[in-house]
Amino acid sequence: MCNQAVGLVAAELERHGIATVCLQLLRRVAERVRPPRALWLPFLHGFPLDTPGDPERQHAVLEAALQLVERADARPPLLVDYEAPRA
Amino acid sequence: MGSFDEFPLHYRTFLRAYPWRRIDPVPWTPLAKPLAECRLALVSSAGLVLPDQAPFDASIRGGDPSFRRIPSDTDPTLLRDTHRSDAYDHAGIARDANLALPLERARELVARGRIGSLATRHLSFMGSITAPGRLMRDSAPAAAAELAADAVDVALLVPV
Repeated sequence: MCNQAVGLVAAELERHGIATVCLQLLRRVAERVRPPRALWLPFLHGFPLDTPGDPERQHAVLEAALQLVERADARPPLLVDYEAPRA
Repeated sequence: MGSFDEFPLHYRTFLRAYPWRRIDPVPWTPLAKPLAECRLALVSSAGLVLPDQAPFDASIRGGDPSFRRIPSDTDPTLLRDTHRSDAYDHAGIARDANLALPLERARELVARGRIGSLATRHLSFMGSITAPGRLMRDSAPAAAAELAADAVDVALLVPV
């Protein structure tokens, strides 16, 4: 449900001229709801930014999300799978 | 890995039959300038509230569509998780609220020059909304208008 909610809010932000990127934990739901830009993460619910107390791994997720926003050639809906850095 | 199989049987049954709302057409705002000049807002669906804010209302049928404003300089250890769902492990967010609302990470992105600035306020929803009519009709447009008035260029949305 959280995945759908952020997608619906993102769509409204885009209509107001704000570029968005949604993290997503359920690829199936991202494919159905179609947020404008989505980064699918292979993490459990409750852990969208990877590991608690690990700024480096959290930044890796954020950087991947920011790179989606920077993709000038992309067309909506954009859904990309996250590749976590090796531990 | 996130899948329906993480959830108890009654959730799985519900989710498999649920009519997911399809965004169509998909709106799209291209980035108008480099991220280093952009203003970033965070939007979380983890039901986080500040000590002086009302918790999200778990009794509302179809889900509580309201949102809370979280000032950009908030200490994440002050945030309280009031998300009603028992379908996921809340322990990670209890240990580090940056996992759902990465306030400290966002400040570090500004300090590094990767992002220009942060919104005055970030937004917190509780994502357990099975009937999203009011979210789409009322609170999402209100949230968008607030962020637009704060000159936000980019938003990162984080589900749990």
